[in-house]
Amino acid sequence: MDPFSSLETLRSGLDSGEFSSVELAKHYLARINKYNPQLNCFITIPEAEALQQATKADALIAKGNSGVLCGLPMALKDIFLTRGILTTCGSRMLENFIAPYNSTVAEKLAGSGMVCLGKTNMDEFAMGSSNENSHYGAVRNPWNTEYVPGGSSGGSAAAVSAALVPVAAGTDTGGSIRQPAAFCGISGIKPTYGRVSRYGMVAFASSLDQGGAFGRCVQDVALLLSGMGGHDPRDSTSADHDMQDIHALATGDDKGFTLGNKKITIGLPKEYLENLDGAQLQAVYETARNIFETQGVQFREVSLPHTSVAVPTYYVIAGAEASTNLSRYDGVRYGYRCKDPQNLEDLYVRSRTEGFGDEVKRRILTGTYTLSVGYYDAYYVKAQKVRRLIANDFSEVFKDVDLLMTPTTPSHAFKLGQLTKDPVEMYQQDIFTTPASLAGLPCLSVPCGTINGLPLGLQLIAPHFEEALLLKTGYLFQQHSDWHTQYPEPGAL
Amino acid sequence: MAWEVVIGLEIHVQLATRSKIFSGASTRFGEAPNTQACAVDLALPGVLPVLNEQAISHALTFGLAIGAELGKRSSFDRKNYFYPDLPKGYQITQFAHPIVGRGAIELVLEDGEQLTVGITRAHLEEDAGKSLHENMHGLTGIDLNRAGTPLLEIVSEPDMRNAKQAVAYFQKIHALVKYLRICDGNLNEGSMRCDANVSIRKPGEKKLGVRTEIKNLNSFRFLEKAINFEIGRQTEVLENGGSLQQATLLYDADKNETRPMRSKETSEDYRYFPDPDLLPVLISQEIIDTLKSRLPELPEARRQRFEKMPGLSSYDAARLSEDPDIADYFEAVVEQSKLTKLSANWVMGELSALLNRLDLPIEKAPVSAQQLGQLVARISDNTISGNIAKQIFEDLANNPNVAVHIDDIIESQNLGQLNDKNALNDIVEQVIDDNPVQAQQYRDGKIKILAYLVGQVMKQSQGKANPKEVSALLLTKLGSL
Repeated sequence: MDPFSSLETLRSGLDSGEFSSVELAKHYLARINKYNPQLNCFITIPEAEALQQATKADALIAKGNSGVLCGLPMALKDIFLTRGILTTCGSRMLENFIAPYNSTVAEKLAGSGMVCLGKTNMDEFAMGSSNENSHYGAVRNPWNTEYVPGGSSGGSAAAVSAALVPVAAGTDTGGSIRQPAAFCGISGIKPTYGRVSRYGMVAFASSLDQGGAFGRCVQDVALLLSGMGGHDPRDSTSADHDMQDIHALATGDDKGFTLGNKKITIGLPKEYLENLDGAQLQAVYETARNIFETQGVQFREVSLPHTSVAVPTYYVIAGAEASTNLSRYDGVRYGYRCKDPQNLEDLYVRSRTEGFGDEVKRRILTGTYTLSVGYYDAYYVKAQKVRRLIANDFSEVFKDVDLLMTPTTPSHAFKLGQLTKDPVEMYQQDIFTTPASLAGLPCLSVPCGTINGLPLGLQLIAPHFEEALLLKTGYLFQQHSDWHTQYPEPGAL
Repeated sequence: MAWEVVIGLEIHVQLATRSKIFSGASTRFGEAPNTQACAVDLALPGVLPVLNEQAISHALTFGLAIGAELGKRSSFDRKNYFYPDLPKGYQITQFAHPIVGRGAIELVLEDGEQLTVGITRAHLEEDAGKSLHENMHGLTGIDLNRAGTPLLEIVSEPDMRNAKQAVAYFQKIHALVKYLRICDGNLNEGSMRCDANVSIRKPGEKKLGVRTEIKNLNSFRFLEKAINFEIGRQTEVLENGGSLQQATLLYDADKNETRPMRSKETSEDYRYFPDPDLLPVLISQEIIDTLKSRLPELPEARRQRFEKMPGLSSYDAARLSEDPDIADYFEAVVEQSKLTKLSANWVMGELSALLNRLDLPIEKAPVSAQQLGQLVARISDNTISGNIAKQIFEDLANNPNVAVHIDDIIESQNLGQLNDKNALNDIVEQVIDDNPVQAQQYRDGKIKILAYLVGQVMKQSQGKANPKEVSALLLTKLGSL
């Protein structure tokens, strides 16, 4: 059994009886137990529950009434609540939090028969770009363990990259799926805001948070997304938009992933290219363009004039929302509580001081500041106005092009500890991912080369709800490139 | 020195919805602590608010009833502060774009004076939980049953000039929301609470004085007393050359005084901003039209209708229309009895006294409106006397049986009024024979003694004799001798 197999291959193995779901789960659990001590991808590995789910899946498969996802293993970022299982969100604040209910994502995937092998490590409350902000220790990049896997969904990305699971769910607020997908050499999709329910997904920045999927190839990403997405009445911001086209892709009813006769034009935003770090990266990017061009894809240079202010805009809005979303962690009802509180004030102050890490505190402080009387208009209101301008930039260019293509990150993965001293430099890592987040657009990152043995990602951005086009275009790229089939050097693991 | 008093009220109305404003938990009052709070009310990680449509239509119904501008696009904001009975660390409220805009309420005061009170706005928000201090042995208990109960906060203009006006306004809103069936109006369960903003200034002064806000008043009486105490306190401070501080006060009913409230957070900066978990609420004209067509008859219209009923004074009409349940009861009595004034007297007299004595709301009246209507009809057609009617009413009050018809009671207990001339004649002659002294006194011109003789006849007939007939007969007999 090849752990780097696609879901399609695993599916046919299950359906033909080559192996059972329990055997498949055990196979990956063995890899998890072997490699996790080095990589630290997982916070919780609920083996018993996983094997129970797999047993149930085998029964369904035997009866012949299983769906396309039934019996396949996956992992969930530890931001998704899973009933009866520890859900920490990477924080000491929730070190004892056994979720009493299921997130919509966990419920849907379990309902489709998928087997959850573990809860993956992440930056605390999804705040970070390197996975070094986890209370449960940094995750390491399978391609080189001296390097970060990216964040905040670093555990999910690294786990898929090292084939500890075939696919994993993550969340993306300002790049938290795309950047780790790029750093770990896998594919990752952040869907349109509203595609995947946020119910039961611990909130960081509500107007930006979006669940999405990691896989080694685009088809795997599409399959997992089809199981996660869809309208949810429990989330008022959930889009009432049908998932038909994504389901069709995932189940192969749409003549596969081919674009057919559709001629597509991809826009190249010049503001992104100006920020490319060095000639090597330029070359990687050019190669990607050539691959598309030989397939008849047209390119056009376009301009997104407000790109340079996306990062500060993002950090103002995300911080403001986070500062109030995290007010509920007060030590009163659940989660971390300080020892021997002397009075209410002491309970609040010490529980929060001891329960939150530095980056979370930094964002609560800046967010509280930007919402305060006297600063609200200058920061929060202005950021909302700029957000509108950024969204308008995209609407304008989508009149002329079908998709946009950019690098996912300004460089490949950086070393552990390299940027921890300089938060602003760390925030600049999000320069290519935050604009589309602010506009709520769907984005896909696919591997497009390596430098110094470390992977790079290509980001495709589509208009709202055009995930199917995004996935088909990503598929076209992977049909004519092989970076998505490359694995981390076995020696690195 | 004379001072002009300026009062504005913020009234919190708990909307009568089955579930909470942002969760599916029940809003039932009086259940065991924390049994009516779900994951959303507890603010568990990952939960999201979903707006209750009923709360929206209740708020719009109120807006329509006061002729207010309606917010066709309203939205929710977060009001941030830490407190143990506020699980999320913020309250979801409507700060920037309320659902109900400007409107007005017309009041008729006791002395007949008319007053228009402007409504600045009314907005939706969620109630907080309760902090419990009694029986907690020095600890604080948190009950989140109330957390998330929908509130409509109705903010008035500072249009009231004394405590009586403020009370009249509060009563008017109370009657209105009950009429609209958007609130149960149970003040003692906290279904309506009010904050009073009070300031004083020299007459003619344009600028408002420094105001204080008295929080959480839940009775008409306390509102009046608290305002009057606060006016006295402010007057005393200013007349002694002192200056007032803007403050939030609590009224202590036991001591009849206001005192500063413990601040919820040292800073008063609530950091309002739009709640990203909720989309703006867009209201179509179609929804507004539908709600408008469903508006019940409003208190003012009903009062005017009652005033036109035969025999009813404007006082009767006002009192009977105050409470929709009383008005409904009264109309049901009239429908049965076909008599307006006598029905009104019984509802406002015997029935009202009985309900007060038993401390019951009219929905739980031991005598049904149909029964009271039958009773009134039988008094009117002389089947029974007023005294017998009161006796039947009391018996029913003590042993309620809403199924029984009044005519059956009259028949089975033989309570029908004695109208038979021959029978009455016999009793009257007997009484005259038994009371020769009094009969002679009457004949000698002491006319007042007649009442005594009538009483004797009534006694003989066990109250069933028709007193008018008895008087007439006595006069005939005594005069003819």
